[in-house]
Amino acid sequence: MLELKNVSFQVDAEGAEKEIVRDVNLTIPDRKLIVVTGPNGGGKSTLARLIAGIEKPTGGRIFFGGEDITDRSVTDRAKMGIAYAFQQPVRFKGIRVVDLIRIAAGKKVTAAEACEYLSAVGLCARDYVEREVNASLSGGELKRIEIATVLARHAKLSVFDEPEAGIDLWSFRNLIDVFRNMRETIEDSSILVISHQERILNIADEIVVIREGKVEKQGPREEVYPSLGADSAEAPACDRLLRNMREEGEDA
Amino acid sequence: MDEIQKRLLQEVADLHEVPEGAYNIRANSQSAGRRSTANIEITSKEDVSGLEIRIRPGTKHESVHIPVVMTESGLKEVVYNDFYIGEDSDVVIIAGCGIDNCGNQDSEHDGIHRFFVGKGAKIRYVEKHYGSGDGRGKRILNPRTEVYMEENSSMEMEMVQIKGVDDTVRDTVAELAAGASLVVRERLMTHGEQRALSTYDVQLNGKDSSADVVSRSVARDRSFQKFDAKIVGKAPCHGHTECDSIIMDEGKILAVPGLEADHVDASLFHEAAIGKIAGEQLTKLMTLGLTEAEAEEQIINGFLR
Repeated sequence: MLELKNVSFQVDAEGAEKEIVRDVNLTIPDRKLIVVTGPNGGGKSTLARLIAGIEKPTGGRIFFGGEDITDRSVTDRAKMGIAYAFQQPVRFKGIRVVDLIRIAAGKKVTAAEACEYLSAVGLCARDYVEREVNASLSGGELKRIEIATVLARHAKLSVFDEPEAGIDLWSFRNLIDVFRNMRETIEDSSILVISHQERILNIADEIVVIREGKVEKQGPREEVYPSLGADSAEAPACDRLLRNMREEGEDA
Repeated sequence: MDEIQKRLLQEVADLHEVPEGAYNIRANSQSAGRRSTANIEITSKEDVSGLEIRIRPGTKHESVHIPVVMTESGLKEVVYNDFYIGEDSDVVIIAGCGIDNCGNQDSEHDGIHRFFVGKGAKIRYVEKHYGSGDGRGKRILNPRTEVYMEENSSMEMEMVQIKGVDDTVRDTVAELAAGASLVVRERLMTHGEQRALSTYDVQLNGKDSSADVVSRSVARDRSFQKFDAKIVGKAPCHGHTECDSIIMDEGKILAVPGLEADHVDASLFHEAAIGKIAGEQLTKLMTLGLTEAEAEEQIINGFLR
């Protein structure tokens, strides 16, 4: 279980203090898939980075499994069982897909095991295990590999920052299956997904709406989801467009 | 050969035993073993120290190992090796030099290699440098490589120097006839107070000749590197040089791009990038549970793979 207590994050923007996350109180219980949504620039990604330890809060405390991890490093948090999928995956020179999966798993991974993680994200393992995680891979391929590295960690808490961003429609359908599978085999772990996608919102146990750095709403999907459409400043047009494209795709 | 020499041999030539095929092993300026084969003849030069290696035309899938190991402090040698590679042959040549210097005097090996690559021949050349030993004497390697390529020949050179060599001046010149192609992959890591200079001068003389010279390097501590790659296009040709470097600590790197087009259909490119390890690369690996130092090591190992 992850708990954020009065967490704030300020940055110095041109001499003026800007508060990106304001006094957030949030609990991510075990055995739940939580989707965090809300307008762009609302502080969602910062929240994910605060959880992973990439940013340090300027106020408040973070607890994981009851332990105060506010001052723990990125590495410590990873070792404690927090996994984090970047919104924009990092490229490397010379590091291969199989190397990343091995590092993520923290042990020797056989080709067959690496294959499992890659096929889970819709990549043909044979074509990818030996490839370098470099600029020769497309944005969508990188994104899927990023998700595979998080799967390989079998973490207690997996945080995904907009997993759908940069992914093509075909992969997107696969992605939903990935999260469905993760949800089915969740056991004592928990999953936090930052997303605008209704299909991802649809599989959430709970939805959290973050706006202007604050938790605007939090509750079971059945309660929160209906209210999203009505007052959503978040571009539903994009969703509509995607939905239409998808439907056309399905007809074809 | 003693244990240190065997260890050096393993580092520079991946050799545990006597290699297959033709070989000459040079240990402390003496021949520690040689074998010619039906197609590959190795003989000693008479006027100067060095070898003549003659590969018969049409020789396929054979290899030549000519490693050098030095364990005596204060040894200085200049060696001239000439390779005559017959037409349409396809061979692998593995050179390399390992110096272990535990003494206080400098040890130096200067290898001058000349390659005469016959028409249609294809060769892969691997040269690894390695230094060890904790003496105050320096380990110095100054290789000069000259490559003369006839029509439609191809050569792939892999130059590796990852550890322990204090001072290197590497000088490589190549002349390519029509249809010839040269690929160079250099990997270099310097640390401590080391200095490594690498200069290339590639002349693309023939129609449709091509050269691709790529260096990947890491400079740590207070070491210094200079990469000076020049390609001259004198015909319709294609040339590319690339210097991609990671700088750490107080290391210094100087990249000097040099392109000269003497023909309107010469197409030449240069790329150079020097920078420290990207912070987000470290962060990504740290989110997978590595410490910062472990992440750094993974990134460098991958980069120099």
